[in-house]
Amino acid sequence: MATEHGDGLADATGVAEHAAGSAPGMPQLNFDHWGNQIFWLIVTLVVIYFILSRVALPRIGAVLAERAGTITNDIAAAEDLKQKAVEAEAAYEKALADARVEANEIIAKTRAEIQAELDEATAKADAEIAAKTAEGEKAIAEIRANAMESVEAVAKDTAAAVVAGLGFSADAKDVDKAVADRMKG
Amino acid sequence: MATEAAEAHGEEGGLVFHPMDQFIVKPLFGDGEVHWYTITNATLWMFLAVVAMTILMVLMTSRRATIPSKGQSIAEMAYGFVYKMVEDVAGKDAVGFFPYVMTLFMFIVFANFLGLIPMSFTTTSHFAVTVVLALAVFLTVTIYGFMKNGAKFLGLFWVSSAPLPLRPILAVIELISYFVRPVSHSIRLAGNVMAGHAVIKVFAGFAAIAVISPVSVVAITAMYGLEVLVAFIQAYVFTILTCVYLKDALHPGH
Repeated sequence: MATEHGDGLADATGVAEHAAGSAPGMPQLNFDHWGNQIFWLIVTLVVIYFILSRVALPRIGAVLAERAGTITNDIAAAEDLKQKAVEAEAAYEKALADARVEANEIIAKTRAEIQAELDEATAKADAEIAAKTAEGEKAIAEIRANAMESVEAVAKDTAAAVVAGLGFSADAKDVDKAVADRMKG
Repeated sequence: MATEAAEAHGEEGGLVFHPMDQFIVKPLFGDGEVHWYTITNATLWMFLAVVAMTILMVLMTSRRATIPSKGQSIAEMAYGFVYKMVEDVAGKDAVGFFPYVMTLFMFIVFANFLGLIPMSFTTTSHFAVTVVLALAVFLTVTIYGFMKNGAKFLGLFWVSSAPLPLRPILAVIELISYFVRPVSHSIRLAGNVMAGHAVIKVFAGFAAIAVISPVSVVAITAMYGLEVLVAFIQAYVFTILTCVYLKDALHPGH
């Protein structure tokens, strides 16, 4: 209420109130002004009603419904993703187990292969060693035989020479026989 | 402003209270007589209520955001508040009345709060306004009640759960209480708002005395806080009573 007009207005309405014969003091009971207020109130209410019912309320209702829909969809999507994650985990676990089994198989196979190769190599080496041993033994036997022959020849020659040296003449056959007998003994 | 006014009067000598001056309806332009079509301060503040209501309910929601802004949240809260009230109190079949109830609530709540601005004019402090609001509810309930239920609507006054000899007496009491509804409905709102504003004005009048003025300022502050509560609570009470009366129209009988 404007200060400087306060009194003037009070006086003015006071006059009006007295003229209209209504109760002074309470502007609410000055029925001269009711028509004005009722008219503008009805205008106001109609305007508010139309703004609300045509624009605001359908819009807010739609926004709320849309939000509820979005939330429901999001929850469903989250549920879906969770399911997928569980499936992915299971698949991962399965792949891991498969890989482990396969790795074990490969290890076993490789081990067997290596073992086979090793066995083969060992056998081969054994055979070679045996062959070499046999060869060696054969060579030794030959050498020994040669050596015996040589010894016999040398012994006969020596014996013949010794006999000749002593001034005896001896038959070559008897000398050979005597040497052979000695060597056996 | 109230203090200045009181001081202005105080200078004239002694304490002069004009607590009711704030309710005077006067033309906005010129000092002529107030006709039914004259644009008055009441017209201005009703118009501002429409503007404030439009800003909140239309402008704030114009983005239709799924994640709402602060303004849109308030608009949605107001929507949900009144919608739930209609649904819970008046019943699910009363949802058709939701825009009507929302109109009443929005007008009263904005008129009450705009009335708390210093220098403003409180339209809801006038019986002319609240009587129209209350009568609109009363007529809606009565007419719709008879349209929907026919003569069964009179069952509202015939308390079938009471002993038979008591029923005629109860019917008279119920009938009186039914017709008192618009009176209490309108006087409750205007009375609360007017009383609070007048009390603030009276406290302000005491501020003319220098010694008392600090007490006066504290009292005005406290009263203003109370009036903020009253502004909302009275709008809420008016709306919920409207829903209660609508329930009678939709489901008469006890």
